[in-house]
Amino acid sequence: MIVDITGLTKIYRDKHQSVTAVDGIDLAVEPGELFGLLGPNGAGKTTTIGVCTTRTLPTSGRVHIAGVDVVAQPAKARRNIGVVPQYNTLDRSLTIFENLYFHCKYFGFSGAEARDRSNSLLKQFHLLERAKSFPSQLSGGLQQRIQIARAIAHRPKVLFLDEPSAGLDPQSRIAMWEAVRELRAEGITVVLTTHYMEEADALCERVAIIDRGKVLALDSPEKLKTTLGANTRIELALRSEDSASPLAEKLRALPQIRSVEPISGGLRLLAREIEGLLPQLMEATHNHGVRDISINEPSLETVFIELTGRDLRE
Amino acid sequence: MSSATAISTFPAEQRVSYTGAFVSLMLRDFRVLRREIGPFVTRIIMQPLLFLFVFTFLLPRIGQANDVGGANFATILLPGLMAVAIMFCGIASVALPLSQEFGITREIDDRVMCPLPVWAVAAEKVCFSGLQSILSALLVLPLAIYVPATPVYFQITSWAMFIITLILSSLLAGALGLAIGSNVKPQQIGLVFSIVVVPITFLGCVYYPWEVLSHLRWLQMAVLINPIVYMSEGLRAALTPGVPHMPDVAIILAMLASLAILWAIGIRGFLRNVIS
Repeated sequence: MIVDITGLTKIYRDKHQSVTAVDGIDLAVEPGELFGLLGPNGAGKTTTIGVCTTRTLPTSGRVHIAGVDVVAQPAKARRNIGVVPQYNTLDRSLTIFENLYFHCKYFGFSGAEARDRSNSLLKQFHLLERAKSFPSQLSGGLQQRIQIARAIAHRPKVLFLDEPSAGLDPQSRIAMWEAVRELRAEGITVVLTTHYMEEADALCERVAIIDRGKVLALDSPEKLKTTLGANTRIELALRSEDSASPLAEKLRALPQIRSVEPISGGLRLLAREIEGLLPQLMEATHNHGVRDISINEPSLETVFIELTGRDLRE
Repeated sequence: MSSATAISTFPAEQRVSYTGAFVSLMLRDFRVLRREIGPFVTRIIMQPLLFLFVFTFLLPRIGQANDVGGANFATILLPGLMAVAIMFCGIASVALPLSQEFGITREIDDRVMCPLPVWAVAAEKVCFSGLQSILSALLVLPLAIYVPATPVYFQITSWAMFIITLILSSLLAGALGLAIGSNVKPQQIGLVFSIVVVPITFLGCVYYPWEVLSHLRWLQMAVLINPIVYMSEGLRAALTPGVPHMPDVAIILAMLASLAILWAIGIRGFLRNVIS
């Protein structure tokens, strides 16, 4: 176990209120795994990462990274940890090369080692021609890539990425995914948080679905989809919400339909089997002012809805 | 070959030491400072230069020199100007950047994630600022020799006292910067200048020795909470022993106490900002 979280709880208290951000989380990540924490904003993902990376003190529970207790020995634990936080923390006063070079120096590299490591990272991340630029001269996507390069510069055992694709354009996001997959191939354990189900699905070998500070499910994306999310989600957009409830009545009568619930502007159906359903659906919705039909195959999103009754984006 | 490879594969694990990380943080600050050496020197020279020019060169020349602008004034002013130079260095090199980094850019995060205790990252800031402060104080000396119309009488009678007060003053300024920078939001930093920096300068025995405040006993007592007083008086004791000043031991003890208090306030704010 390279990341070992047991009974982790974090309650933020101030004069007016106390907020439970993490409510008894247990997680174990194996060496070399690409592990995802998937959940909506405010689910407790960032707090969990914060504790793992020595930046948040837990209310109770223990976290060991590569066998080192992060609360008892934070300075020692940090040697095994690489972090890419949600916000850009590149050193604006230093060039790209210097950002990497001094990071290596902080972790005890000699001048020559730091120089070699920085140059090889610049090469690996296709940043050589940017070596002398300052962070502010680069695009958000490039800055994110440098942050990843810097995070792994001291050869940590675990890399934590907190919402790595937040604020990235689709192209940069794909480039970031590729960079993360390459790290995985190098044997670095990667733990990332995301609220994009496509990201968890595309990147992670195992995913913990987190909501309101608790782990609701934990498995490979495939297993999660087959065991929990074996539903196709169909959304009907209606011209008028008045027709929603008579239509819902009618649809509930169809055998393949598992549930029908109103959403804003229409209805959301969960179906066990899509085969043969469409003609029946067409017939049932005839004359009910259906504007649009969208069909979503089982995905981590449907798994999340199944578990919480809510959308990831809600 | 194989063992050499093994070592270089895990340099982070095997060779890291707190000292190494601390020194590397210093090297990083030196690199940044070297890049901005022009603005740095301008920043630290302008204030003492203008002060000396107006009060010790201009006023005597245009016949406005009374007691304050008189011959002796340059001598009284010298240690005070050094104290102010030291204090401004602490504000400019710790308080302003820290407030920005905590409030807006968060770029200190990478340094906080260094493999050494978080308080040591703050200590490095204070120490590096201390080095700059010493430099800026020493730069006041040649200005004081060449600018004033009347000669300035200073002599270092006790090198020990001079070195101790210079180092303690510089650390004290860094700790003051830490206390301000880690407790004040960037939007309020301007206000801090009006309600903290300006008052402690004007009431810091910079332009007059502490002893003459005996005419206003309540003020003489009140300014004792101001750390700049001990910086000015300490440098006065070390550089211009002819001008009345507090006893050496009292100055050093008061400086140590101020340093402890400001460090405690500063590190509390620092930790609150980086650990939740």
